[in-house]
Amino acid sequence: MIFLFIAREALGIFTAADTAVGSQPAATSELSPELYGTESESAAPEVYNPDVDFPEPEAPAGPAERPVAEPGQGTPPLLANLLSTTWQPVSSQPKYGILPLLVGTLKIALLAILLAAPIGILAAIYAAFFAPRWFREFLKPLIELLAGFPSVVIGFFCLMVLASIVQESLGTTFRLNALVGSLGVAIAIIPIVFTIAEDSLSRLPRVLWEAGLALGAQPWQVVFRILVPAATPGLFAAVLLGFGRAFGETMIVLMASGNAPLLSWSPVEPVRTLSATIGSEMGEVVWGSLHYSVLFLLGLLLFVGTFLLNVIAEFWVRRRLLRRFQGTTAAL
Amino acid sequence: MAPASPLQVKIRTIELNVYYGYKHALQDVTVDIYANRVTAFIGPSGCGKSTFLRALNRMNELIPSARTTGRVEIDGINIYDPEVDVVQVRRRIGMVFQQWVPFPKSIYENIAFGLRLNGKPSKAELDAVVEHSLRRAALWDEVKDRLQHSALELSGGQQQRLCIARALAVNPEVLLMDEPCSALDPISTAKIEELIEELKHDYTIVIVTHNIQQAARISDYTGFFYLGRLVEYNRTRELFTNPQKRETEQYITGRFG
Repeated sequence: MIFLFIAREALGIFTAADTAVGSQPAATSELSPELYGTESESAAPEVYNPDVDFPEPEAPAGPAERPVAEPGQGTPPLLANLLSTTWQPVSSQPKYGILPLLVGTLKIALLAILLAAPIGILAAIYAAFFAPRWFREFLKPLIELLAGFPSVVIGFFCLMVLASIVQESLGTTFRLNALVGSLGVAIAIIPIVFTIAEDSLSRLPRVLWEAGLALGAQPWQVVFRILVPAATPGLFAAVLLGFGRAFGETMIVLMASGNAPLLSWSPVEPVRTLSATIGSEMGEVVWGSLHYSVLFLLGLLLFVGTFLLNVIAEFWVRRRLLRRFQGTTAAL
Repeated sequence: MAPASPLQVKIRTIELNVYYGYKHALQDVTVDIYANRVTAFIGPSGCGKSTFLRALNRMNELIPSARTTGRVEIDGINIYDPEVDVVQVRRRIGMVFQQWVPFPKSIYENIAFGLRLNGKPSKAELDAVVEHSLRRAALWDEVKDRLQHSALELSGGQQQRLCIARALAVNPEVLLMDEPCSALDPISTAKIEELIEELKHDYTIVIVTHNIQQAARISDYTGFFYLGRLVEYNRTRELFTNPQKRETEQYITGRFG
C-alpha cells in the first residue's frame, strides 16, 4: 500500500519534471547566454571538483542530462554544476551543487536513526515484555499519539528549547546545527520505530516466551536470545521505516538545523537537507526555470533514495534474515 | 507395569488452590506424585488439569490474574516459598507443551540454548549434550546430518521430540508434559509414548492428556480431575478397572467428555 502510494507520487514527480524540462527552452534560451556563456569558461573549473570523496549515486546522471542537452550551443557543464559543492541557486551565477544537500540529508537521517532506533526498540522491548499491564495500556496509546504530532511543533520545540540546551551542554559554535535537527527528527521517528517494533514483538507466539522460561532462563535471557532474534525482520522494518521518515522529514530540519548548505560531515555544523531545500525554495522559484527543474530533481533524488533503501532492505531481509529464521515471522 | 524401584514421593501438593481472577480453577488438590513413575491426569476440558500441571513449576505466575495458595513440595521443599528462586525451580522441572515451539534457530542451537544460560560451556561439552539429548528423545538418527538446519524444517512429531530433547538437555528431575500428543498423528504419538516409557527410568514424568486410552497405556498412576477438583487418584490399573467414584466411571466409560 505504502509502496503503491510512493510509486504513484513518484509518477507525478516524473511528469512534473518532464513538463518542466519540456517547457524549458523558452526560458533558458534567453537566460543561457548570460548564465552559461561566462560560467562555462571561468566559473565552472573552480566550482567543479571531481575529487569530492563522496559516493555519488548514479541517480542524477539520467535526469540531469536532459537539461544539459536543452540549451544546446553553449554546452553548459550543468552536470559539473550539479556535482559541485556550492548551493547558490539565486545569484547572478546560480550554483546548483547538490552535494551539500545530499550529505546534509544523510547526516541528519543517520544521526536521527542512530538516536531513535535504540531508544525506540528498547522501549518496545520494555513495553512488550516487562512493563506491567496497566502501564503498557497507558504507554502505547501515548506514544502512538506522539506519532501524529505535527512536525512544526517539534521543530518549534527544537528551535526554542532543545537548541539552547544543546548549545549550553556541548558548547557548540552554532546554535542551530545538524545535531539539534536530528534530535528533533529522532523525536518524530521514535514513535514510528516503537510502534512497529512493539507490534512485531508482541505478535510472537506466547509459547516461545513460556518455553524459554520453562527451561529455567531468566526473563531477559528469553527476551534477548529468543524473542528479539525471532522478531528481527519486524524490528528491521521498524528501523527502516523510521529511516525513511527521517530521510524525507522537512519541517523539523527546516526550522532547527540552521538551514545552511555547507558540505561537512561534522554533526555540530548547520546543514540543509534535500527536503528542506524544496520546502523553502519551491514557493519562490520562477515557474519552469532551471532552478525549478533542479528542485524537482531533488525530489526525484529523495524518491530514488527511499526506493533504493527499500530495495536493499527487502533484499537483505529476504536473503539474510529469513534464511536464518525461516518461516517464523513475515517481514511485516 | 510393575514398578521396578521402591516408591518414593517426588512431588507432594497440599491443599493447592489456583484462582484466575474470581474463577476458582483448582480446589484443594492434595496429591503425592512418585519418583520414576509416569503419572497421568485426565479429565474433560476446563477441569483444571493443565492448571495443576502449570502450578507444579510456577508457570501460572505468568498469567497476570492468577493467584495460588497451598504448597507444592518437591523433595520436601515448598517451591512457593518466597526464598525459592523460581528460575532454579524451572531448571529442575522441565516442561513440554501441547503446541510445540522450537525456537527459530538451528536444531543444534535449540538444544544448546538451555546449556548456555548458565556460563559458557565448551564446544565439546555442547556437542556431547546435544547428541545425548537428541538420542534420548529418539531424534538423533533423523537429524544428525542437519544439525545446523532450522528447527522449523522438521515435521510436527520431530519438532515435539526436539522440544522434549531441549527440555532434557538441562537435565531436569521432573518432566511435565501438557498434552504432548494431542496435535500429533498416530505414528508420532506412538513414538512419543515409547519415549515416555523409556524416560521414566531417569525422570519423574507427569503428563496431562485428553486421551483416556493414552493414560491407560503409558501411566503408572492416574488422577481424574473434574470441575477443578481431583476426584480420584490411584494406580492406573485400579482406577480403570475399579473406579471408586461415579464421575470417574462415567468419564472413563465415555459417558461424558
